[in-house]
Amino acid sequence: MNPIYSRRRRWDVIIRGLCIAAAAFGVTWLALILITLLYNGLAGLNLQVFTADTPPPGSTEGGLRNAIVGSLIMTVIGVGIGAPLGLFAGTYLAEYGRNDKLTSVIRFINDILLSAPSIIIGLFIYGAVVVPMRGFSAIAGSLALAVIVIPVVVRTTEDMLLLVPNPLREAASALGLPRSLVIKRIAYRAARSGLITGVLLATARVAGETAPLLFTALSNQFFSLGLDKTMANLPVTINNFVQSPYAYWKQLAWSGALLITLTVLALNIGARILGAERTAK
Amino acid sequence: MAVQSDVIDDAGPYDRAKALGAFKLGDVTFYWITRLSAISVLLILGGIIISLIVGAFPAIKEYGLSFLWTQRWAPSADPPVLGALGPMYGTLVTSFIAMLIAIPVGLGIAIFLTELCPQWLRRPIGMAIELLAGIPSIIYGMWGFFVLGPFLANTFQPFMIKVFDGVPVLGAIFAGPPSYLSLFNAALILAIMVLPFITSISVDVFKTVPPVLKEAAYGVGCTTWEVVRSVVIPYTRVGIIGGVMLALGRALGETMAVTFIIGNSFRISSSIFAPGTTISAAIASEFAESDGLHQSGLILLGLLLFVLTFFVLAAARLMLMRLETKAGK
Repeated sequence: MNPIYSRRRRWDVIIRGLCIAAAAFGVTWLALILITLLYNGLAGLNLQVFTADTPPPGSTEGGLRNAIVGSLIMTVIGVGIGAPLGLFAGTYLAEYGRNDKLTSVIRFINDILLSAPSIIIGLFIYGAVVVPMRGFSAIAGSLALAVIVIPVVVRTTEDMLLLVPNPLREAASALGLPRSLVIKRIAYRAARSGLITGVLLATARVAGETAPLLFTALSNQFFSLGLDKTMANLPVTINNFVQSPYAYWKQLAWSGALLITLTVLALNIGARILGAERTAK
Repeated sequence: MAVQSDVIDDAGPYDRAKALGAFKLGDVTFYWITRLSAISVLLILGGIIISLIVGAFPAIKEYGLSFLWTQRWAPSADPPVLGALGPMYGTLVTSFIAMLIAIPVGLGIAIFLTELCPQWLRRPIGMAIELLAGIPSIIYGMWGFFVLGPFLANTFQPFMIKVFDGVPVLGAIFAGPPSYLSLFNAALILAIMVLPFITSISVDVFKTVPPVLKEAAYGVGCTTWEVVRSVVIPYTRVGIIGGVMLALGRALGETMAVTFIIGNSFRISSSIFAPGTTISAAIASEFAESDGLHQSGLILLGLLLFVLTFFVLAAARLMLMRLETKAGK
């Protein structure tokens, strides 16, 4: 065979091999992480984790109840503030300001906020909320999460509303429906599963967010529901327990990490199933 | 019948005006709610910039530009001496090594997924990678701290140190002793973390190549590698660079994956197996217990990080937008 052909074929085989190796390399790392997480997390997962509060140093009795409840509260408030704002903002970008100069500026800034380091959001909320309120608080933590939720929801809302076919809107307008009702009754309804997907994805994004909570909500060892004080939460509790010298704390950190990961994966899968239903139609 | 039409005549015009008024009010209200929400995105960015500058102001006044090239970080000295050189060096070095590992591997996986992989495997692998991009970064950090750090310190690091012992330059880069906490460990965790980002963006970008172009290349007898090298990559170059910059933006600002494993040392060492720190790790580990000038210095570090990532991310978005307009044609 002509040497040029064999050389070309050899290169092709080498590169193909490298690509397969890269895929195997990537998948292996990620599988390793999940396996260790499952192995260590399941070992310590029992009812006590959900019913008892975080233990004092050195104790081997205790769970994560206060941290789980705190995380739920802050995530719900964060999404509760961020999701409507994001939905409305996305609506403006897709419905009112489609060809606006303002829209392209906002879209650009939003895309940057989408990947901005979350620790910067923590610093922002520290300066804007914690300092004026003279203390760390659960509400500051929730606001930090809301700031992270907004760009995610804006992005998905805009994308989903842009997918709604224009003839639907035109038909509604032709029947005499005012603009706001065209959006609320027609566009929202047509894009509903997409909009829910966006909110689920945003919830998944903030469920494990740690950096912005480190110095906004802080964390504590008690069960507390007061929004104006520090509140225990899973990510920061894990952060503190990982670096502790106590074996039981480390065990709890693994269990907490497993809980967070399962929640995030469940939200992501839920979002994807909803999204897939939409494209299947 | 007359009665009925009377009712309509009486009620009709009145109701109509009222209903139209209500519609109009609802319309205007809804418009302004959405518009103000959209503007709030700009306000958030403005708020971030203003609060960082206000917070960093005492440190800016105290240290000025020398903050950028001072290596010493002694917040408890009197007066405190603060310099950003150590964290900036750590941030850039860890991100650089992470990208060095993640770019070839990420592109390799993307090529595998778009060109080589059997159809039935594409969805599961693609979905697994997307899901893994969603795992919170603290999980990566924890795993790095408990599993990867000890593993590297016991196997990979001694090996590299022995191999490069006595070699100029490389010997200094891979100098001992092995450590659980080092710049290299942090960089490897970062690489694993940004891998899914690079892969999923590259896959999306590769899909924009018109099939006709690839088919034509295969048709004249190109091998898979030649198609990728001469058709797919040139066509998508801008998009790939955009995706890489996006991943770089993530890597520069990543906090929790790095904090546990980097060692929090502000000293700059030539070896990548020595402990170091990054801007985000320094903020995460010191901010809650800081006050006064120390805190202001940390906020100034945050401001530097924000400016850096802002430009990287802005460049990334501009490039991806250019590709989108190209694909839209």
